[in-house]
Amino acid sequence: MTFVRAVAPPLTAIGQIVANARGDPTRLMDVLVAAQAHLGSLADETLAEIATELKIPYVDVVDTASFYAFFSRAPQGRCQIRFSKTPISMMKGALEVVHAFERALGIRIGATSTEGVGLSWTSDIGMADQEPSCLINGMVFTNLEPADAEPIVRELRAMDAAGTLPAFPSYGVRATFASRKAGCASNVVHPGDVLFGPREKGSGLRAALGMTPQGVIDEVTRSGLRGRGGAGFPTGMKWGLTRRAKGDTHYIVCNADEGEPGTFKDRVLLKEACDLVFDGMTIAGYALGARTGLMYLRAEYAFLFGDLQNDLADRRRLGLLGPNAGGHASFDFDIRIQLGAGAYICGEESALLESLEGKRGAPRDRPPYPTDRGYLGQPTAINNVETLACVTRILERGAKWFAGFGTAESKGTKLMCLSGDCAKPGIYEVPFGTTLNELLDLAGGAAAEAVQVSGAAGECVAPKDFGRGLCYEDLSTAGATMVFGPQRNVLEIVLQFAEFFADESCGWCVPCRVGTVLLKESIQTTLNGHSTKDDIIALESLATTVAKFSRCGLGQTAPNPILSTLRNFPQIYESRLVPANAVRIDVERAVEDAASIQRRALLDQVSS
Amino acid sequence: MNDRTLRFRIDGVPIDARREQSIIAACDDAGVYIPRLCYRADLPPGGQCRLCTVNVNGRPAAACVTPVTQAAVVENATPALQAHRKALIEMLFVEGNHPCPFCEKSGDCNLQAMGYRFGLSATQFPYQFPRHDIDASHPQIFLDRNTCIQCGLCVRASHADGKSVFAFENRGARQRLVVNSPLGLGATDLDVADKAAAVCPVGCIVVKHTGYEKPYGTRTFDEQSIGSDIESKRIPVPAPKEGHA
Repeated sequence: MTFVRAVAPPLTAIGQIVANARGDPTRLMDVLVAAQAHLGSLADETLAEIATELKIPYVDVVDTASFYAFFSRAPQGRCQIRFSKTPISMMKGALEVVHAFERALGIRIGATSTEGVGLSWTSDIGMADQEPSCLINGMVFTNLEPADAEPIVRELRAMDAAGTLPAFPSYGVRATFASRKAGCASNVVHPGDVLFGPREKGSGLRAALGMTPQGVIDEVTRSGLRGRGGAGFPTGMKWGLTRRAKGDTHYIVCNADEGEPGTFKDRVLLKEACDLVFDGMTIAGYALGARTGLMYLRAEYAFLFGDLQNDLADRRRLGLLGPNAGGHASFDFDIRIQLGAGAYICGEESALLESLEGKRGAPRDRPPYPTDRGYLGQPTAINNVETLACVTRILERGAKWFAGFGTAESKGTKLMCLSGDCAKPGIYEVPFGTTLNELLDLAGGAAAEAVQVSGAAGECVAPKDFGRGLCYEDLSTAGATMVFGPQRNVLEIVLQFAEFFADESCGWCVPCRVGTVLLKESIQTTLNGHSTKDDIIALESLATTVAKFSRCGLGQTAPNPILSTLRNFPQIYESRLVPANAVRIDVERAVEDAASIQRRALLDQVSS
Repeated sequence: MNDRTLRFRIDGVPIDARREQSIIAACDDAGVYIPRLCYRADLPPGGQCRLCTVNVNGRPAAACVTPVTQAAVVENATPALQAHRKALIEMLFVEGNHPCPFCEKSGDCNLQAMGYRFGLSATQFPYQFPRHDIDASHPQIFLDRNTCIQCGLCVRASHADGKSVFAFENRGARQRLVVNSPLGLGATDLDVADKAAAVCPVGCIVVKHTGYEKPYGTRTFDEQSIGSDIESKRIPVPAPKEGHA
């Protein structure tokens, strides 16, 4: 008699990766991240294998894999160096740093060296207080100078030879670098009372679990807390809507996709006070009747992933997560961190949900709102990192205490991210209502000629408005505060923001997909000194079309830098205009360009 | 009017609609035309082209994805909205490569017809001149991304067919239509009888062996302007009698 044992065929690498994600197609982001870390890139055959394993159409895998900047379908090197390209990094010398890396590797930016090191630009990586910066396989390097290129490249070569270079994304797997430029500082320059004030760890969560869920929502409502991500929706109302919405289950999502250029407060909160954020998510989970919390962490912050996972593991050990979380019978709650893959649009809450479900980060049409039908079609509250940290403090110290800070419509304090031409860039926690002037004085930025408030999607403000208060009812801001001194060319900054939006448009709707490209070209033309007054009128009209007709907040706010500078800095446009009847082509220049394209010398150059 | 119907006004015209109905569907029923390129009544809306953007109580919203609300005041054919729509049509013309004079779809093309409806003679925007390969791998269907306006109708139609032949790849200006096989359209299960093969509003997805069967000059929009089929359903409102406002 023979015994035949059924043996499952050995899993392929992709099969194992898909099995780790429990074969769940909504976990496609995790599958793609892991597949790329294992194979280096996402070739068509890999995508086809993933599709087969997940039992979804190949084209759906392509759709997601091709959308995110940090996924590569083409073969790429073992090592990817991505430099942050922002107005701040450029004025701090990013171009010179990149040139030094180009020399050290013998390649141009956008290329990969024969030894497998790739150089590229990427959108703001959340290091505006310590630019120039870059990510190397997910590890962050800051305050870079041209002299850093040689030693860093030398270290990378040695690690590659020794096989100790972590693959992207590192998921918190870190290498130890001798370079002093590895890592980032938190730069909490001005701690305030709410988020960086003295606190008793865990007491907010304990207080919440001693109340009824509705009691927690009422307390948050009484505090007057509004969303810190920019839109300013009342948090208590959002939670009430979510709790009341019918569903099989409810979700709390923490939006840690901090992509707005010039913003870095969430990075600092997650590094310095992640207990406030996780406590806040747990409090929200209890208030909403949720069993699962999801944190969507931008790929640029993958270097925080390991520490955050360790913190979650500690919380499970301490009973703060898991069955009877926080010692509260019948409250089961856990948190999962979803890593993004490089897409500014995923900070938009409905695009974030799509990405969480394994799809491209294209926003959804509303209604239905996420509070009714969010993650996997269930009622979902999506809150900013800073909002959730505030919740924990509100439950610890009470709504009345919290509402004692700020203004009538804007309660509490706000984390402001100062960068650019100021003596002390970093985090400033100030009460709402603080004027821009007061903030600039604190940061040593009194010489500012222009301040970009609330990031690329915000407003470019001139000195005449520096007396305005930072709050929802006046100068509304999510925190980014980029300071530009008199030596800066504001129109160049506008161009960089226009390039940013063209790079980050999701492509779904026409006004944003095409309009952001046309806006960028028009600004470039003006900067080159080839625009007439009629072109500026057309620019304003185009900007209005994009703002009014775009599908989501990205397109609707993309023209803000242009529209606000047309309003507040008309001279930067006027000074470059040419008369309507001017010859707009420089014939000599055109002939020279044509000659260089054809690799011919001009006659007078040949003869001389 | 019963409790299942809502009434709103578009450019002053009162319209009765069913609950849950989108503004564009209610207006189509009533014979009020809102321009569109990516909407069809027989497919779920996508909201890609934004041409149907109207002002609802003063705020812009795409009529195809916005449900009607009781007593809403909707603006549609205002000069400002029409100017923005014209800009969108121009954007589509410069984004792709549109050889109208010899395109197979000329006269049946919604984009071309929309250009005529809006009196578009030339575009104010710079042409982008993208490079696209042509996919002729399918024996019966031709795919030419030069004229694709990324309306997503074929994607939605393919889902309605119970298939997933089409989707998009990349993002922003680099976004393009992609098919369910790295080997091209011929390696997918697209059938010439599928809805996905029939819904393309421009000359991107074209059935082979039928080219130029109907001569130029006798095609759909040679006879009537786009939207006139909907406008012809409009029941003229009798002029209000004197004394009644």
